[in-house]
Amino acid sequence: MVRDFVELDQVALRYGGDVEGTLALQDTSLTVREGEFVAVVGPSGCGKSTLMKVVSGLWPASAGTVAVNGREVTKPLDIVGMAFQNPNLLPWRTTLANVMLPLEIAEPHIRRLRREYPSYLAKVRDLLKMVGLQEFETKHPWELSGGMQQRASLCRALIHDPSLLLLDEPFGALDMFTREELWLALQDLWLARKPTVVLVTHDLREAVFLADRVLVMSNRPGRIIADHAVDIPRPRSLDETFAPKAIEIIQTLRDQISNVRKSAT
Amino acid sequence: MNGKTKPAGLAAPAKEAVRRSRRRKLVRKASPYLVIIGSFLLWELAVWLLKIEPFVLPAPSAIFAAGWEWRGPILLASWQTFVTTIIGFLLAVAFGLAAGTAIGASSALYDAVYPALIGFNSVPKVAVVPILVIWCGIGTLPAIITAFLISFFPILVNVATGIATVEPELRDVLRALGAKQHQILLKVGLPRSMPYFFASLKIAISVAFVGSIVAETVASDSGIGHFMLVASSRFQVPLAFAGLVVTGVMGIAMYVVAVMIEKRMTGWATRGVDTGMVAGG
Repeated sequence: MVRDFVELDQVALRYGGDVEGTLALQDTSLTVREGEFVAVVGPSGCGKSTLMKVVSGLWPASAGTVAVNGREVTKPLDIVGMAFQNPNLLPWRTTLANVMLPLEIAEPHIRRLRREYPSYLAKVRDLLKMVGLQEFETKHPWELSGGMQQRASLCRALIHDPSLLLLDEPFGALDMFTREELWLALQDLWLARKPTVVLVTHDLREAVFLADRVLVMSNRPGRIIADHAVDIPRPRSLDETFAPKAIEIIQTLRDQISNVRKSAT
Repeated sequence: MNGKTKPAGLAAPAKEAVRRSRRRKLVRKASPYLVIIGSFLLWELAVWLLKIEPFVLPAPSAIFAAGWEWRGPILLASWQTFVTTIIGFLLAVAFGLAAGTAIGASSALYDAVYPALIGFNSVPKVAVVPILVIWCGIGTLPAIITAFLISFFPILVNVATGIATVEPELRDVLRALGAKQHQILLKVGLPRSMPYFFASLKIAISVAFVGSIVAETVASDSGIGHFMLVASSRFQVPLAFAGLVVTGVMGIAMYVVAVMIEKRMTGWATRGVDTGMVAGG
């Protein structure tokens, strides 16, 4: 029996004031099991990113409860790896040093880093190798392509073995082919380490390729209105996103999102 | 251009092109010196042709002669000004870095202090010198304080800007790792503000120099500012101009040192291109 790792129960989030502020989430309930890969899709501005902030504890929920790993979230979690559309690498650091950053901050690595540096270095290099960056470890971010930067950003999100990985449209700014390459890289990383993942995206093929379950969000204020299991065995290939099974799910998701969009206007 | 593309025929023009581009680079490198020398020559020529009186506008030759003749006192005065400027400047760096970091790290402090700082910066520092004289008397101290007052602001503003503009997503990434405020500052805020900081040093060193000379002119008994004042009050106009030339040379020298430090410390930010990133000042 796999236990629930992320549990949101009737969560609301209002920002910019308690009464007159914008309601970004309302009655949002969802669960993500341990080691599960869940994608969240929805119309733009529906509060997908807000959902990430609430799950990570960066923003406290205005109502309802958020629990991660069996404990209620009241302050920013320190077990989370995050990656965003913008890779946000530090320009004064090499790829290697950028990926090392979490080890200099997160417990318990911060205390061990100096003593066990060689083993940490080997770990970083393994990770870079997995995403094909082993020859770029001494390069600075501006010497990398957008796809490479995003790979490094993923490595940075994973280096400290977070039990929860939050990805907010990490491939949104990349071209189609680079994006597909990174899907494969992310799938490999996930299969190797099995963290719990919540991926926010507006690319339905991406959601279906990567996720065990795809959740659909309503218009703002967002809540979960549908939940699709993606029953395709792993490792998946890119071709399978064009197979009937995947196409069927993508079609359904598409219909649901366009219905949601219509209902708003 | 003819249609032939014989490799042997291309060799000579290619060599010629290399030579030409090398010559162009050399001219480019020498151009600042050529401009300075050229303007002195033009000046010399104008004074001779228009028969301008030396007590109105002395010729460069007369200026350099006077400067050479008085080289001892000029050197002494320049050293005094140099030391004054550097002390004021270093104080400004220390204070500007500390206050800039504090103001950049706390948006509440930023909102509270910034308007007052802008008001303070708008006060012409020449107007403050007489008050400084009342407080500390005539001498080196008012000049140091003036150099400090005039030069800390650009440093403070630039450091604060660099720290306050850390990308919110990056902040989230770090906070989600359990980073404390001071860790974010240390790992991201401060390194990020370094290009701003070093860019501001260029401005700060120049204005610190202006500050100390102004203060020396108004209220001192030493330094190059005082030296020029004395020279012009004795109608030794070429000597006063010699003082001006020396201040110009010193200003350039200090600026060059600041640029060299900047290039060394924050090459990652410019990637070999001079961006001229500067806020305030």
